[in-house]
Amino acid sequence: MMDRIAAFGRVGIETIASFGRASQFLAGVVGGVPKPSVGFPLLIRQLYAVGVLSLAIVVVSGLFIGMVLGLQGYTILSDFGSEAAIGQMIALTLVRELAPVVTALLFAGRAGSALTAEIGLMKATEQLSSMEMMGVDPLRRVIAPRLWAGFLAMPVLAMIFSVVGVIGGMLVGVEWLGVFEGSYWGNMQASVDFVDDVVNGIIKSVVFGFVCAWIAVYQGYDCVPTSAGISSATTKTVVYSSLAVLGLDFVLTAVMFGNF
Amino acid sequence: MVSSAYITLKDVVFSRSGRRIFDGVTLDIPKGKITAIMGPSGTGKTTLLRLIGGQLRPDSGLVSVAGHDVPKLKRRDLYRLREKMGMLFQSGALFTDLSVYENVAFPLRVHTALPEDMIRDIVLMKLEAVGLRGARQLMPSELSGGMTRRVALARSIALDPELIMYDEPFAGQDPIAMGVLVKLIRDLNSSMGLTSVLVSHDVPESLSICHFACIIADGKVIGEGTPEELRAHPSERVQQFLNGEPDGPVPFHYPSGDTASDFGFPGGAS
Repeated sequence: MMDRIAAFGRVGIETIASFGRASQFLAGVVGGVPKPSVGFPLLIRQLYAVGVLSLAIVVVSGLFIGMVLGLQGYTILSDFGSEAAIGQMIALTLVRELAPVVTALLFAGRAGSALTAEIGLMKATEQLSSMEMMGVDPLRRVIAPRLWAGFLAMPVLAMIFSVVGVIGGMLVGVEWLGVFEGSYWGNMQASVDFVDDVVNGIIKSVVFGFVCAWIAVYQGYDCVPTSAGISSATTKTVVYSSLAVLGLDFVLTAVMFGNF
Repeated sequence: MVSSAYITLKDVVFSRSGRRIFDGVTLDIPKGKITAIMGPSGTGKTTLLRLIGGQLRPDSGLVSVAGHDVPKLKRRDLYRLREKMGMLFQSGALFTDLSVYENVAFPLRVHTALPEDMIRDIVLMKLEAVGLRGARQLMPSELSGGMTRRVALARSIALDPELIMYDEPFAGQDPIAMGVLVKLIRDLNSSMGLTSVLVSHDVPESLSICHFACIIADGKVIGEGTPEELRAHPSERVQQFLNGEPDGPVPFHYPSGDTASDFGFPGGAS
């Protein structure tokens, strides 16, 4: 019994220590912004790797989720004769919830795991150490551009997800199931508020982007520099990011939309 | 060991994961010479280089490089000091997404504001020095182990450092590649006036090029001096290491229990 309590305590201490290290690491990265002339080209390259290369999966997922929402929404709403409200339902669901959350989960799976593996491999092959020994801070040169790229790319990807999802919903609802096009767009325009819905959705994706990128770069930097260590760090990135996104989504939703 | 020390370690104690790696190591590394640090695998030779480079901090003791107390340096000052150091990693540690040319140009681009044509000239000169000017367009994945280390060597001397540290440069090399590296280390040291620290357990190669050598075991320096002084060292431990004897103060058998009882023979301790 005592052993179990001790083991539980050890896990708690290790978790807190790991969070402390991650916070220290974050302070080092955020505090060490490289010169614009050096940092900007690095940032652009990472925006391409993290953002542009994630575009395909985000667009395809957005399209199918919008189409599924169109089908499900029509089935439910037509029972009440309210199928004209399908545009409103799709837009609010996407902008408030699905776009930030699903984009973050996709981002963690595609870009986050790639960031962790790349940084972990650089550590295992002593590339980060050699950079340090050349008088180049890897936190500035390698980590910071990747963190900022994730932070900046996520809101844009989430907005693209929303737009494509709305188009997917229209394809099913209007083009296939015959909902009046004017109702689809009109209801959407009347019910979606820019600040309450769109801006809050963007805030969510900014938070998720920051957390996912932080977890990904930290797991890579802190991994055990072996093949098993990199594999474990990559898994942790996806698991921790997904849990953090879902947990934070509840908190942010409660703060933004829970008018208790 | 000598008065004009470029690196001084005094009573250095360092532990990791509860294990004491160094227990009061004291060592002077002279300026402009090649110093070999040898010892059995796992004695912390690479750790010693990381302490000198400031990548690790000792629990106690002094680590001084060019008059700077390395563990007490601020981050910015430490990075500035490292611009005067070159380090050849065991794996080469080339940046895998950059070509040979770009790897060698990397420190020049980061630390200098030289125009591109001058960077090109310097890179080609450094590659020429290691015999790989013709391989400048290759990617690291296209290089052999020996070529990787030579490119890494060219990169580590790109900024004309005062100090260069070699971490196991001969490990896993064929005789020709080893001969090339031995020649390069000796030539670079004499032509550039570098202070060279060579960590290795390849005794003949290391002793053939070094001016001074020391042997580390069990967290301490157990022997030091010129190659001739070391060869005549009275310590059995030093002689066992230098001559590669399988049994001696470091026993052939890992400590174990009673043989008879392990094999179930009668008379063994139960």
